[in-house]
Amino acid sequence: MEQIFFYIFAILAVASAIAVVAAKNPVHSAVYLIICFLQVAALFILLRAPFLAAAQVFIYVGAVMVLFLFAVLVLNVGKERLGEQIHHQSVIVIPAVILLLLMMGILVAKGRLTAPMGAFTEKALEKNTEVIGKMLFSKYLFPFEVVSVLLLIALIGAVALVMKEKGSQD
Amino acid sequence: MPDITTIIAVIIMVVKVVVVTQVIFSLPMPLTWIERKIAGHIHVRLGPMRVGPHGILQPLADTIKLLFKEDITPAKADKFLYKIAPLVAMVPAFAVFVAIPFGGEFIVPFTDKVFTLYISDMNVGILYVLAIGGLSIYGIILGGWASNSKYALLGGLRSSAQMISYEVALSFAAIGVVMMTNSLSLVDMVKSQGDWFWQWNILYLPVGPVWFVIFMIASLAEINRIPFDLPEDEGTLAAGYHTEYSGMRFSFFMLYEYVAMVTVSCLAVVMFFGGWSAPIDFREFEVLTPITSISWIYGLFGIFWFVSKVAVFIYFFMWIRFTLPRYRYDQLMTIGWKILIPISIFNILLTGLMRIWA
Repeated sequence: MEQIFFYIFAILAVASAIAVVAAKNPVHSAVYLIICFLQVAALFILLRAPFLAAAQVFIYVGAVMVLFLFAVLVLNVGKERLGEQIHHQSVIVIPAVILLLLMMGILVAKGRLTAPMGAFTEKALEKNTEVIGKMLFSKYLFPFEVVSVLLLIALIGAVALVMKEKGSQD
Repeated sequence: MPDITTIIAVIIMVVKVVVVTQVIFSLPMPLTWIERKIAGHIHVRLGPMRVGPHGILQPLADTIKLLFKEDITPAKADKFLYKIAPLVAMVPAFAVFVAIPFGGEFIVPFTDKVFTLYISDMNVGILYVLAIGGLSIYGIILGGWASNSKYALLGGLRSSAQMISYEVALSFAAIGVVMMTNSLSLVDMVKSQGDWFWQWNILYLPVGPVWFVIFMIASLAEINRIPFDLPEDEGTLAAGYHTEYSGMRFSFFMLYEYVAMVTVSCLAVVMFFGGWSAPIDFREFEVLTPITSISWIYGLFGIFWFVSKVAVFIYFFMWIRFTLPRYRYDQLMTIGWKILIPISIFNILLTGLMRIWA
C-alpha cells in the first residue's frame, strides 16, 4: 500500500521537476515547482517525518515560492525559448543523464543503495516534533547555530546590497 | 482483508469529513446574509429586505444568479491557470478543517467506544493549519496573473507581498501559543488550557493578550479583510485579483474568503479562548458532578461552546469591516514589519522568561 503511494508521489515529483525545466513560461515553471515541493512533502510523511513535511510546505511552498512568483511577476520575464539557452550541450547531456539514471537503477536493484531508517523506531517517531527539537538543541546544536548565523549573514547581506551608500543619492 | 474495526474506523472518518465539508460549504450562504444585515444596521439602514422575511432568502437568490451568469474567460488569459485558480484558492481553505478540533472526545452511550469530535489530532497541527491555509494565496496570485489584466495583476502582487509580510507575524503568534501550551497539536492546546476562563491563554498575563492582538491583526491581513483588504481595493484596483472573474468562479473566491474567516475564528478560539471548554467549570457545582469530561453531554456542550465562540469572532470581523477605514499600502507594510514583528520578538523573549520562572 505504502509502496503504491510512494510511486505515485515519486513519479509526480520527478515529472513536475522535469516540467519546471521544460516549461517555457516562467510562471508555469513556478507552478510546477510548487507541485514538486508538495510531492516531496508527501514523501516526508511516508518517511514518518510530519514535522519536516509541514515545514517544507510552510517554508518552501508557502513563503519561498510566493517570493519567486512575486519576483517573476514584477520583473515580467518573457517566454523562454529552449534553443536560445542550450546550444550543443544537449548532445553530451542527454546520454550523461541516461547513464546516471541507469547506474542508479542498477545500484538500487542490486541493493547497494539503501536508506536505513536510522536510530529511531517507528514508535519513537510518533513524537516526531519532540525528537527533532531535542536533537537540534543537543546533539546537533553546533550545526544548527552555524546555519542560523549563515541565514543571518544572508539577511544582512541582502540589506547591505540594497541600501544606498551615504551621500551617493542623486 | 482488513478486520471490522478498521472498516468502521474508516467509515466514521469518511462520515466526519463529509459532514464537516458540507457544513463549511454551506456556511458562506448565511454568512453573506448576516454580513449584509450587520452592514445595514451599522450604517443605520435595513440591509436586504425584499427576498423572504428580512431578506433571509437573499443568499439563495444570489446563488441562483451566480449559477446562471456567463462564465467569461478573457481572450488573452492563460486558460488553464485562469480556470483552476479559484479551486486552488478554495481547496486548501477546506483542507485546513481536518486538524481543527470542534470538541473533545466522549464515550458513545451504551458502548465503550470513544468518539472524537475532530477528524485528526496531528502531531504538527498548528503548523499544518498555517502551512495549508497559506496555500490559498496561490489561487489569488495565479488568478490575478492569469487574467491578463492590469488591475487583477496588481491585486495579485499586493496580495503576495501582504501575505509574506503578515505570515511572519502570524507564525510568531503561533510560536507564542506553542510556548504557552507546550504543544503543536491543536487538541493538546485546548486541553492544556484550564476549564475556567482565567486559565485560558488570552489571560496568560502579561503576554497572552499581546499575542492575541498580534494574531488578530495578522490574521485580518491574511484573510484580506478590511482594514487590510488592499488586494481588492475598489477605489484603486476595480475589484482586485478577481476583476475578470464572473459566475461560479467568482463565487469560489468569495467562498474562500468566508471559509478563511471561519478558519481564523476557529484558530483564535482554539489558541486563545479554550476551544470547546465552557467559560466556567460547571462540574464544580454539586448537581453536575456526575458529568465527567468524557460523557456525551459534555462533548455535545463542547460543540455548543465552540460554535458560539466562533460566532462571536465572525461577528467581530464583520463589525471591524464596517467600522474601520482601509489602510494605505505603505502603512500596511509599516504595521507588518516595523511594529508587529519587533513586538513579537520581544514578546517571545518575555514568554520564554515566564516559562522559566512561572
